[in-house]
Amino acid sequence: MTTYTLQHPDKGLISYTDKKRYLWIASVIMPIFPMLGIFCYYQTGSQWALAIPLVFTYLVIPVLDWLFGSDENNPPEEIVPQLEEDRYYRILTYITVPMHFGVLIAIAWFVGTHELTIWSVIAMALTAGSYSGLGINTAHELGHKKPPFERLLAKLVLAVPAYGHFCIEHNRGHHTHVATPGDPASSRMGESIYKFIWREIPGAFKRGWEQEKVRLNRLDKSVWSLDNDILQSFAISAVLQGGLIIAFGWIMLPFLALHNFWAWFQLTSANYIEHYGLKRDKDANGRYERCQPHHSWNANYIFSNIVLFHLERHSDHHANPTRRYQSLRNFEDLPELPNGYYGMYLLAYVPWLWYRVMDKRVLALPHINGDLSRVNIDPDCREAIVAKYGQGELVAA
Amino acid sequence: MAVLECPGCQYRYDEAQGDAHEGYPPGTLFESLPEEFTCPDCGVRYKEEFQKLVSD
Repeated sequence: MTTYTLQHPDKGLISYTDKKRYLWIASVIMPIFPMLGIFCYYQTGSQWALAIPLVFTYLVIPVLDWLFGSDENNPPEEIVPQLEEDRYYRILTYITVPMHFGVLIAIAWFVGTHELTIWSVIAMALTAGSYSGLGINTAHELGHKKPPFERLLAKLVLAVPAYGHFCIEHNRGHHTHVATPGDPASSRMGESIYKFIWREIPGAFKRGWEQEKVRLNRLDKSVWSLDNDILQSFAISAVLQGGLIIAFGWIMLPFLALHNFWAWFQLTSANYIEHYGLKRDKDANGRYERCQPHHSWNANYIFSNIVLFHLERHSDHHANPTRRYQSLRNFEDLPELPNGYYGMYLLAYVPWLWYRVMDKRVLALPHINGDLSRVNIDPDCREAIVAKYGQGELVAA
Repeated sequence: MAVLECPGCQYRYDEAQGDAHEGYPPGTLFESLPEEFTCPDCGVRYKEEFQKLVSD
């Protein structure tokens, strides 16, 4: 286990060992799970085996989060430069990029060359889509970094689920406008995920495209220029997914459509739970205050954080977006999710249960303290929410 | 020509160099960047939060 040390003039010897160092390798062996269903199918001959990866993702991971609990450990700030320089961590993210191409091609081959029931094709498309959703997560980690090589890898991996506009829209749009009522990637209190998705997917594409257009216009280039970063990623998607259709036939059309949608929906789900109901105050100039850690929901659950490159330490990520995953910190008094992301996704898919668990948590946050004027509320639900919780009334946790 | 730095992520805007990817040619003064300019790397810091490092 690597220990980082520093002789500090005031604090003396500072040392830090990252206990999760080798656990991060789990992110690289994640493809085992999408492939596990196919392996078990060959072993048993039963198509029911193909549902194993989905059961693992949506039922086993939330239980493992509950069992293993939280890790609130932070690296000392003085050690962070050494931790960020350690290439081991970033190499793990690099390795996952070709694996996302490999897993989609392998599952497409399986679907295209075996006699499967419609339910099995759906299970495989959702399995491949879940894993490509993790690809968007890898692109998220890489796309926030400054080295051009990492941004190139982000553009490449986004081609797998055909979501090439993500990094541009996310870094410039979402991060600038996060936790404000107009942000299509921040959910509002009272807004179900099924309503949110209609704002999030088209809104994100439109904003990303507009931003790229403005950048290219400054360079005196058309938005349809070959320098358009979004079009470059989509061109790779066309080659990849077009190649799969040519190789494995018409079945690829519904398979890839569902795969793409499910990967996008993973991002929709993450966006939905990450800022639900949270709102930045406006400063004296009428501008939104700078994004603070309490403008994102945080989670420290060990298992799902390992799978997601610490995405769940979202509060620090939004306050310091270029910080690498191994350095993200937990803080005191953050908005805390009651389970990891996969458990929270399930909850979000049942809106009445989501409101029941989350609305009182929003209102009990120290900076909100029952004050509805400090909550990002869906305008269509405002009347009902005010009637239910009152204006300025304190709500117990 | 001045160099200005984002206090959050240390992105540097060098007026002499501009920022080719962003479409700001060499010699573009920080002052003349759009008012809604936010840090191209972190997206968190507003234009007026940038700190001047050197100028001549």
